[in-house]
Amino acid sequence: MLFTSLQFIVFIAVLTAVYHLFVPQNEKWGLLLIASLAFYFFADPRYLIFIGVTAFTAYVFAILTEDYNSKRKAYLKANKESFDSESKKKYKATTARVSKLFLALALIINLGILAATKYTNFVIDTINTWRTEPLSFVNIIIPMGISFYTFQTVSYSIDISRGTVKAQRNFWKFLLFTSFFPQLVQGPISRYGDLSETLYNPKPLELRNFSLGLIRILWGYFKKLVIADRLVIGLKTLVETPDEYKGAYVFVVMMLYAAQLYCDFTGGIDITIGIAQTLGVTVKENFDLPYFSKNIKEYWNRWHMTMGTWFTDYIFYPLSVSPTMLKLSKWSRQHLGNAIGKRVTVYISCFCVWLATGIWHGAAWHFVVWGLMNFVVIMASQELEPLYAKFHNKFGFKGKKWYSAFEILRTFLLMSSLKLFDCYRDVGLTFKMFGSMFYTFNIGKLFNGSLLELGLNKGDYWVASIALVIVFLVSLYKKLKGREAREMLFEKLPLFVLCAVCLLLATVVFGAYGTGFDASQFIYNQF
Amino acid sequence: MKKVKGFSLYKVYVVSCIVLGIAAAFFGLWFLQKLLVPKYQRGVVEGAMIAEYYDSEEPHEVIFLGDCEVYENISTVALYRDYGISSYIRGSAQQLTWQSYYLLEDTLRYETPRVVVFNVLALKYGEPQSESYNRMTLDGMAWSSSKWNAIEASMTEGENMIDYVFPILRYHSRWNELTRTDFEHVFQRDRVTINGYYMRTDILPEAEFPSSMPLADYTLPETSMEYLEMMFDLCRENDIEFVLIKAPTLYPYWYEEWDDQVREFADSHHIPYINYIQLRDQIGLDMTTDTYDAGLHLNLAGAEKFADYIGRYLVINYDLTDYREVPEVARLWEDDIQFYDQLRDAQNAELAEYGELRSWGANAIEN
Repeated sequence: MLFTSLQFIVFIAVLTAVYHLFVPQNEKWGLLLIASLAFYFFADPRYLIFIGVTAFTAYVFAILTEDYNSKRKAYLKANKESFDSESKKKYKATTARVSKLFLALALIINLGILAATKYTNFVIDTINTWRTEPLSFVNIIIPMGISFYTFQTVSYSIDISRGTVKAQRNFWKFLLFTSFFPQLVQGPISRYGDLSETLYNPKPLELRNFSLGLIRILWGYFKKLVIADRLVIGLKTLVETPDEYKGAYVFVVMMLYAAQLYCDFTGGIDITIGIAQTLGVTVKENFDLPYFSKNIKEYWNRWHMTMGTWFTDYIFYPLSVSPTMLKLSKWSRQHLGNAIGKRVTVYISCFCVWLATGIWHGAAWHFVVWGLMNFVVIMASQELEPLYAKFHNKFGFKGKKWYSAFEILRTFLLMSSLKLFDCYRDVGLTFKMFGSMFYTFNIGKLFNGSLLELGLNKGDYWVASIALVIVFLVSLYKKLKGREAREMLFEKLPLFVLCAVCLLLATVVFGAYGTGFDASQFIYNQF
Repeated sequence: MKKVKGFSLYKVYVVSCIVLGIAAAFFGLWFLQKLLVPKYQRGVVEGAMIAEYYDSEEPHEVIFLGDCEVYENISTVALYRDYGISSYIRGSAQQLTWQSYYLLEDTLRYETPRVVVFNVLALKYGEPQSESYNRMTLDGMAWSSSKWNAIEASMTEGENMIDYVFPILRYHSRWNELTRTDFEHVFQRDRVTINGYYMRTDILPEAEFPSSMPLADYTLPETSMEYLEMMFDLCRENDIEFVLIKAPTLYPYWYEEWDDQVREFADSHHIPYINYIQLRDQIGLDMTTDTYDAGLHLNLAGAEKFADYIGRYLVINYDLTDYREVPEVARLWEDDIQFYDQLRDAQNAELAEYGELRSWGANAIEN
């Protein structure tokens, strides 16, 4: 069931009505679980096995870990007198190994399922490049949203091991956390500590919450159907015939893809969070005006935020403070000097994070290179920081409005360039196409009507442009006022209702769906 | 609006906003749907034909079913003027056999004719053919189980029932191609036929058709033959005479082998089957003057001749009322005749002025 399918819309409408009208407050989570499993079942019944195994593994090892840790603590407390500090330390170290073993088993099984389903053919394909007799690919299904729910259960297992959350003793409730359907399609990646309380005890039906959720769903559909799915038609033509569309067209690809990806992804997240909100569940935000970022680091703090914090919390920090890294840090400071030495472990951790980010995004080399290119750019900008500071001090540009606009534009162009890897899906071709912008001078072709041969007519460009201006103005409002435009509108209820009706009508009429349109799936579906 | 605890004014305000919002949404969708659906008022008018039936007030003793071979070839006014036959052609472009069956079912919800005449050309199609032709036939049907079943039987790959239930989902992208006609005909449609007959007065003599291609299999498809059987059963259940005809036009080809199968069906079911291709001379057709598109369809002169011929057959063989003698029906037919004459005169005037029709047919297509 795609978010944009009529079945899904009917599914949500019926669920919401039943949920609020007939189900007692304390049993609402049960209906959410049934709905989530049904959502998965209708996608493919086999997916239920995968998500069931992942949830069960995380659930069991979490309880084992928590019970074991409790016993350890109780034992230590009960035998306080018989332990001196040395023996206490030794006892803790010995028993911690068991706890770590539980964690390791949970991670191996769940990450193993992810790796086996998603990356087996990628590995085979890579091996085949060196073999004369190619290995045959494995016919394996990739369960919908496996990267998202696996990351959720992994964070849960680690949090349990760290003792930052309490283990869920009710398997069905834990299964709901793993399978909560609105976020299965494209995230966000929720943490147990953030989601569990609101999921098991959702807010009762309340006008403001429900209305804001509803308009957010409409806003998501507007972005997805009116902009993203319209632009994808032109993008496809440009990207699938690279020999024909070089030079200035690559810049057009950059711009179109930046708009398309943003509207597709944020549109999907708006639908997700909006649905959860109408059901009384609060899901974490995943975007915070990323295209207003002044540097790439800030951009990644604002784009797909739950993924970024996940990699920071569960890869970067643990790696940075791991005994091996600490030893390496010490060694490099001694041998390479303090200035370089202190950077080594940070860079290695950062490298690992971006490598993992690239791989997480897809089983293909262009994703890996994309991840590493992000690493290179971030590291370069970090290294150039002192130079920037000197420059700013000398000319005093920093803080000036025009300079801020320049920084925003610079970051936007840089990120849009990196996204070309995702567009062309071939590392060599991406470099070639990017290079063609600088040696193929065909800007005049953009104005000779060739853009009307991409599958988009004048009307389409007008609709997409006006819709993008609306998206920009709504984003600008948030940037300037610090709150969402819909919240402001809600204070003027008639205006709010009018906007909701206009959004609905605009989406129905101007949406790129149905016969004649190849409505693309949400881009993050595949993750 | 100030909130007062326990006071219901705020609630009234909120509920009013919600109710008005829902009403505005429904009204907006309804209006936009009206605006965006094709009106078929100029050029390709076939999509407007099926719906016109529901505006026809007079009783119809003869119902013609079929594709362009009936709605362009038989003048319903000539049938009335010459024989007093009150008839209606429930036909549309490339109307498939099952669509004719469900249109018959639909017709029986309103009236029971004495005779149903089915043109057999569509029997050659055993599968749904094209969405645009489906739409022309099905969109105009009034909602009933017959329409639902007709849609289910007709949908091509990629079509969805929901798009028929809410046509805005199918036609929403027409915002880009709306014409003046769309705005002019949001709430009212002009008449495009006279009791289902589509008039053309221009002349383009019959040309040579490409030679017929041999077929790998001449068996008429099972599906269409099943629906033919169902049409026969439906007529028998309702005490209606069922007549099969093949219109007198030569192209698209009507193979001998197909003809034999239809004749066999007719014989085994004891119903008449008349292939008018063999009777072109008796009808008096002169294909240098009686066709407007090189022999594919008849023009007004041809349609009146064919109506005269088939009308004579109908009054001789069936006990039909002479509605010229029924004042209340005759009054209604007078309006039809007036429209018929006006249409003919208007077309002739254009022909006299331009040498071709500009407000009808291909020249009138707007997009």
